[in-house]
Amino acid sequence: MSISFEGQIPFYQYMDEQSEVVNTLPEWALIDETLVRYYQQMVIARQFDNKAIALQRTGQLGTYASSAGCEAIDVVTASLMKKEDVLVPYYRNHAMQMVRGMKLSEVLLYWGGDERGNSSPAQGEDFPNCVPIATQCLHACGVASAIKIRDQQRATVSMLGDGATSKGDFMEALNVAGVWQLPVVFIINNNQWAISVPRALQSIAPTLAQKALGAGIRGEQVDGNDVIALHQSVEQALIRAREGKGPTLIEAVSYRLSDHTTADDATRYRHPDALKTGWDKEPIKRLRDYLHAQGWWNESNETQWLQHTTTLIQEAVDQYLETSPQPASAMFDYLYAELPLQLKKQREIAIARSDKGVS
Amino acid sequence: MSTQQAICMVEAINLALHHAMRNDDDVVLLGEDVGTNGGVFRATIGLKESFGMKRVMDTPLAENMIAGLSIGMAAQGLKPIAEIQFLGFIFPAMEHIICHAARLRNRTRGRLSCPLVIRAPYGGGIHAPEHHSESTEAIFAQIPGLRVVIPSSPQRAYGLLLSAIQNPDPVIFLEPKRIYRSQNQIVEDNGQALPLDTCFTLREGADISLISWGAMIKETLEAADHLADEGIQCEVIDVASMNPLDRETILASVGKTGRCVIIQEAPLSCSVGSEIASLLASEALMDLRAPVARVAGYDTVMPYFRLEDQYMPLTIQIIDAAKRTMEFA
Repeated sequence: MSISFEGQIPFYQYMDEQSEVVNTLPEWALIDETLVRYYQQMVIARQFDNKAIALQRTGQLGTYASSAGCEAIDVVTASLMKKEDVLVPYYRNHAMQMVRGMKLSEVLLYWGGDERGNSSPAQGEDFPNCVPIATQCLHACGVASAIKIRDQQRATVSMLGDGATSKGDFMEALNVAGVWQLPVVFIINNNQWAISVPRALQSIAPTLAQKALGAGIRGEQVDGNDVIALHQSVEQALIRAREGKGPTLIEAVSYRLSDHTTADDATRYRHPDALKTGWDKEPIKRLRDYLHAQGWWNESNETQWLQHTTTLIQEAVDQYLETSPQPASAMFDYLYAELPLQLKKQREIAIARSDKGVS
Repeated sequence: MSTQQAICMVEAINLALHHAMRNDDDVVLLGEDVGTNGGVFRATIGLKESFGMKRVMDTPLAENMIAGLSIGMAAQGLKPIAEIQFLGFIFPAMEHIICHAARLRNRTRGRLSCPLVIRAPYGGGIHAPEHHSESTEAIFAQIPGLRVVIPSSPQRAYGLLLSAIQNPDPVIFLEPKRIYRSQNQIVEDNGQALPLDTCFTLREGADISLISWGAMIKETLEAADHLADEGIQCEVIDVASMNPLDRETILASVGKTGRCVIIQEAPLSCSVGSEIASLLASEALMDLRAPVARVAGYDTVMPYFRLEDQYMPLTIQIIDAAKRTMEFA
């Protein structure tokens, strides 16, 4: 017997759960600028999340998918993406959308049941939120194919959850990304839960990153609560993509600190101890403790930033709540580039019904 | 440039693909066996040689992936033409077609769009393996945001495919493979596109409207010839666009004739024919001088090829249905 193939999955961590440095820090992490910015943005994301859940609980927002626990993954990745790179998100990437310039009021508009929340000017060529699981992985490969066909130096980033790795779309995407050496980075937010189904019931594979090896592409695991490790891993993957050096699968290990969505009740299936362990590892506290220890952040900074964040979010909420629904005709107006005749008649009926106040 | 020789439908499709790729660098082709092999029906022959593997892509074997990739490409402004080798294999791709391609423009309020064409040979009559012969156009015709187009001659295949490629929205382009090579026509390679959402009136007549599409146009025209010999003048309408449906042409024809037979290869129920019959019931009742007749496939699974001939609608059935319709005073 000989060995046809042997593979390894590296795990990257620079800052452990106690905020202790466990690896040689890269130069950028020796100064405060980037780390403080990451921290500030993660705080906005967390505060926004709390507010969004409160809005849903009071009937002012639709079903909402919390981003609590994936702030580090989202903030770091979006920060490292260039404007001309393309984000192909799933449905839990509000923080990425925010970092890429989307207004928080627009994010709320989406979760408030309004398609205009998928049409922010700041989204550029980014894909809208993707609800059907893992399908976005293939759209990302299509975007990356277009980039490659046109010889452009851009990267595509496809976000997904651990549950999505069980779908054929994900495996098909890894496969074609490998065969065609596409400029795409897949990032799994492995938050350990697909609604009520734990990670262990998705796959017996010890890591999700190793699914890359079956497709012949690079796969690595990173501590998804460690902004430094994330930065190192994602930055290199983006550079490889832009330079035409092929795709990367990054499994970012995190923990879902929330219910799946506001329509879920995780106490039905998740032991409180497991959640407590999740909170012990969470990314924001971990970075705050580190920044404190370095003398780069203090209580006064914290108070001021929370005040700033509260104001920012309240303005977004006000703007969202003041946004009138679209007219009934909007159902028809974006269906085709040019509305077919038969639909023009239905459009008139919809407008007449709406004008009568019937709904 | 023109072709002097009469060509068949599959050659006309190839001609249109060459024309589109020559005139628009954004047009790319992808699918299984479309490159080196030129497609299992040779619809894409010569394209890889002319335009290179960057624009003519042999994909890994996964229909779902082909559809998903096409959506990403289209959102970037390419105009992908994806081939699904047989319509019977498109079902893994349905999630992408329904949940994404058909609604990307709508979901993003026009920020992104999806100018893609999915070509697929379909229909029975060539004694193919299982899953190769179904006519499931109605499944696609019900999806808002899609266009569903079916040519019935080499000339219309050329003109409709060009307009499908130019159209800024996703188009399902279904190719009736039974007539891929059964009829030759002179097809001018002039880039002339045909309108996408109109029926074509193939023959005018005052007595009865025969409404069909795809391969059944062949039998429908044969029936019209036969009926003319018996003094019955048939108006033959090729629906061509399943969605959007050109209701006006259909209503005008039946308004004139007062009689109608709908002919389709697909199963009878919940079909495009059902929609046309329903349209006539609600909009043309006062014009009708006889019940609307329908000649269709059975509501059965498409039989494997030993029983295929028992399933396919026949010219004689169309003639009989037309005569029964004419018997009403």
